[in-house]
Amino acid sequence: MAHLTVEVVYRGIFQKNLAARITRGIVLSSRKAGRWGISFGRYGDSPQRNGVPAKDFAIVADTKEELEQHMARYEPKELHVTICVDDTLFKGVESWAWYGLQPINRLLLPDGHLLVTSTRSQSELLRDAHKKDSPYNLWILRGKASFSGLWVFKEDHTEARLLGALAKIAPHFMDIDAVSAAIREAEWGSELKVTSARKAYERIEGRRIAITEGNDEVPFSFEMPKWWEMREGLTIPAIPVGKPVEGGKGYRPERNPYFKKFSTRTMRPVVNFDTCVKCTLCWIQCPDSCFDVTPDGLYDANMESCCGCGVCEAVCPVKDCITMVNESAFDDNKSQWEMWRQDKDAYQVWAKQKIQDKVGTVRSHGFRYRGQYEEELAEGELEVGGMPVTEGIPGENAEAKGVRPKRHIHEATSIVTGVPEAPGA
Amino acid sequence: MAVATKPGGAAIVEEQEMLISGSEAVAEALTLADIDVVTAYPIRPYDTVMQAIAKKIANGKLVAEYIVAEGEHSQFEIVKHASTVGARVFCGSSGVGWMYAMEAITVTPALRVPMVALVGNRALDDPGAFGVEHNDALSVRDLGWMLCWIDTSQEALDTTLIAYRVAEDRRIFLPVAISADGAFLTHSQAITKVPSAELVHRFLPPYNRGDLLLHPDNPITVAPQVNEDWVIEIRRQNDEAIRRAYGVIEEAYADFRRVFGRGPENPWFEEYMMDDAEIVLMGMGTLSLPVKVAIRNLRQQGKKVGLIRLRWFRPFPYEQLARALRNAKAIGVIDRDYSFGSPFGSGVVATEVRATLYNAQHRPPLIGFICGLGGREVTLEDVNKTVDICFAAANAGRAERATYWLGVRE
Repeated sequence: MAHLTVEVVYRGIFQKNLAARITRGIVLSSRKAGRWGISFGRYGDSPQRNGVPAKDFAIVADTKEELEQHMARYEPKELHVTICVDDTLFKGVESWAWYGLQPINRLLLPDGHLLVTSTRSQSELLRDAHKKDSPYNLWILRGKASFSGLWVFKEDHTEARLLGALAKIAPHFMDIDAVSAAIREAEWGSELKVTSARKAYERIEGRRIAITEGNDEVPFSFEMPKWWEMREGLTIPAIPVGKPVEGGKGYRPERNPYFKKFSTRTMRPVVNFDTCVKCTLCWIQCPDSCFDVTPDGLYDANMESCCGCGVCEAVCPVKDCITMVNESAFDDNKSQWEMWRQDKDAYQVWAKQKIQDKVGTVRSHGFRYRGQYEEELAEGELEVGGMPVTEGIPGENAEAKGVRPKRHIHEATSIVTGVPEAPGA
Repeated sequence: MAVATKPGGAAIVEEQEMLISGSEAVAEALTLADIDVVTAYPIRPYDTVMQAIAKKIANGKLVAEYIVAEGEHSQFEIVKHASTVGARVFCGSSGVGWMYAMEAITVTPALRVPMVALVGNRALDDPGAFGVEHNDALSVRDLGWMLCWIDTSQEALDTTLIAYRVAEDRRIFLPVAISADGAFLTHSQAITKVPSAELVHRFLPPYNRGDLLLHPDNPITVAPQVNEDWVIEIRRQNDEAIRRAYGVIEEAYADFRRVFGRGPENPWFEEYMMDDAEIVLMGMGTLSLPVKVAIRNLRQQGKKVGLIRLRWFRPFPYEQLARALRNAKAIGVIDRDYSFGSPFGSGVVATEVRATLYNAQHRPPLIGFICGLGGREVTLEDVNKTVDICFAAANAGRAERATYWLGVRE
């Protein structure tokens, strides 16, 4: 008698379809192995926003009664397996205001399994993942975070590969033959996907993580107010207006102290303050008012407020002035402008290194032009999740900046069938 | 006519008598309360109030924003917003008009808006009809609205003033709906004492929304979207507010008696010939009139019958009622409403009274009567019949049937 509880931590909207397919696949695979299961999403996450961390779950058990016993709560609080489909979530999960930052491994039972799709090394990932008071196993499935949009799904086999990996981790519930049968018969009917799952089963690598390993930081947390401490009439105090940064100059808006948004972004802007023409566009267009106006009239993206949408990069008229870079390239949320002010040359070296690092790792938020999807899939190995995306978000100033996204559709035989086109394509 | 002397020595008229309907009495009270914003959309019988207020404004007796909305939903939304910026507001409707505004009506207590509304009780469509039934106002009984029923023009005027005092109390901040029986009260004129503005001023302080005021100097967000981590705490706050209303309502009636020198000792319900009553009839609104007359006739025959006419339905005076009913040998509740499929097929009030007595030491037989629907007259014969059935139950120690429909052609 046994049961298996799995969560999939994913990026709202971009990975919504992916996560649902994984949890469905777990239940269907375990059914092929004679088990019972249920697949569901965290209801509170249903109004997902772009990139906000969200969760889906699968519970499978040997008997129906055992399944009921472990389903009888709103959402699982103890997990055998956490599947993380974007490694920037190793910095933590903060899906709503007042939640604080939840370490990615927080709900894992002792000796549980954390399975992540990543191109990074274990030591790099452990720089982000918080320390845990019990040992667990970290499994890496080589591959980029698979991002698509609300109405589209990227057929890069990520879900099949994760199911294959899970067959290695939890063979009692879903051996690789059951996974193959589910992929072949129950859901997708693709022999190619079966091959992907079997390859992942063979190649998955993992090791035990000791309690001494991981990020030392204590994640920020909040006490939720009692009913009699809350303001009446569904009123909440407004965020106060901001103040000058220093010497009566510049401007920094006040920000919601209960929603840090650190874990919302998968990319962050790196600003070249030396080429900034102070046009104000990033400051005006940022939907989260994340830019502080510095005393010298520059615009400094404040990481307590940035959700990584990339609008600033898209509207900036200067070539390479604002560049979106993979969030995992950063270890802190410090002010870039302060760094630049202290040592401009050192800042340029730092920024250049970060921007170079984006090759092959920048996430593509949805699809922005007709044919992008086919390009991404056809140009690279499935193992690394398709072609490198180096161009960031083209935006309205793309041509002025010399960024020319390819707009042709590949002739190469596509492994893709029946893919819907991106809306607005 | 009550006459008092100002410190200066000049005599002032503190109250004067007027011949006015229940609706006009409400308009008099609104003028005295100096309301700021009123919204209107015509539906009988509530439209009599909007006409009376319009006349007050046209005659220069009242200065207020009078907004005719394009429907009841907007009507209630507009005053809700006006109240959050500190305006004293009035609104109202009848029957399906009230139901059409339901979404706005639902959010009003949640946002702690002390709106006062008049429900000219009217049967819900279909069939299209305009006579009285109480189901319109009763449809909001679980949402945090304070609900009361009035019986006379005088009570209409007095209760409107009391309603503002209670609703706008910072401990409460919940809306009050005053129910007036269509036709019987909204359309019939009676001699009514109308107090002076000075007196009313002593009773009713200005509306102060305090820290909940929506104003640039007090920047707040109202009504954010929340998840399951917040909703039950918010509901608990509303629960606390309406619990506090028991004390605040008693305070307000005591103060009303102090300032105006009249008004009921018991805010919750009128007790008529209850001292030695063996049979207690209960009901809400204007059906008290035939019941009282029938009781007087029955008393001449030596039958000890009394009446409890409920004023406040929310908050429901369950403790006070259980005390008042402790000597009853049988209780007959006359409902001018229906609750299809309810326990025992009873009306809403009978079900509430039955629940009130469940934990009581003394639980006499309780019989529900559905009567007077759609504005049909509750006749003396109907009342006599209820009394006969109640006596039979009292003698038998149990009711033969839990619910009767009276005055139905069969």
